[in-house]
Amino acid sequence: MQPLPAGTKAPDFALNSTPDQKVNLSDFRGNPVILAFYPADWSPVCGDQMTLYNEVLPEFRKHHAALCGISVDGVWCHGAFAANRRLHFPLLADFEPKGAVAKTYGAYRAKEGVAERALFVIDGDGIIRWSYLSPIGVNPGADGILEALESLSAAPRPA
Amino acid sequence: MAFGQSRIARLVLPVSSRDHTQGPADAPATLVEYGDYQCPYCGAAHGIVKAVQARLGHRMRFAFRHFPLAEIHLYAPLAAEAAEAAGAQGKFWPMHDTLFENQHALDDASLVTYARHVGLDVSQFVSDLADHTWAPRVREDFMSGVRSGVNGTPTFFINGIRHDGPWDADTLIEALVAAAAVHA
Repeated sequence: MQPLPAGTKAPDFALNSTPDQKVNLSDFRGNPVILAFYPADWSPVCGDQMTLYNEVLPEFRKHHAALCGISVDGVWCHGAFAANRRLHFPLLADFEPKGAVAKTYGAYRAKEGVAERALFVIDGDGIIRWSYLSPIGVNPGADGILEALESLSAAPRPA
Repeated sequence: MAFGQSRIARLVLPVSSRDHTQGPADAPATLVEYGDYQCPYCGAAHGIVKAVQARLGHRMRFAFRHFPLAEIHLYAPLAAEAAEAAGAQGKFWPMHDTLFENQHALDDASLVTYARHVGLDVSQFVSDLADHTWAPRVREDFMSGVRSGVNGTPTFFINGIRHDGPWDADTLIEALVAAAAVHA
């Protein structure tokens, strides 16, 4: 499965971030959004991708970019994980039907039944401007996201 | 952009006189660690790095940069500043060792105790911490790590390339020796 490439319209979705709150991709229209698909909550702490992004959040915000983590874990699992790691951004539950959003982005591993480690930077018009699929065992870090946000900020928006 | 390939993560800020280093500047292999004084994995890595240094001696140079994960390690940012404050008094490495050897006690009072223990001018040290004099330096280390693809703690770079995978002493020694051979 290949992740949707740059230039593609980002498929809209509505996923729960908490038991009674849904997040729609279209909520972010007008500003960039980073989607970080990842296999599962509760990976070992100091090498955890979401923990890293939580620390880099102020840098993302300099570009007015919002960040959403997405995995197939359910809302209660996400809630406990986010509280434990003191995360300041939403984790979305691609839980039922399982992995449906990950599949539309080309970021699902059918064999294991989890999302890939795949990153998407989407511009304010809802167009994917950068995507990256990391080897599943390698936390990709935040440098690629920051480079993509910088090129977004530098490029003039089409009239 | 090629998909499904590893990005090669490279150190964007080369090791220079700004860094705290051990070993000769012209060593054929340089090991850089981005670490956090409260991180248990970094605590384990501390002993491993010492073993690697003992084995390779002057064939390697080691540099340590700060990467405090402040949200999960509440004491890590100030501990990093404490190491820098000690560094300003020429005692970075003794403080660095003391912090890793006492990861369980990194509160303010303990930091002052360690400052006294390593022989610092304690009033200067306390004032540096109170003013967060070294916070920008710690942030500079942190951001250099972010831009280089640091993805957790500890993250190692060998001759400027991120070292992915295991970091036991034998693996690091093998990787450093291989990097030194390419360098030569």
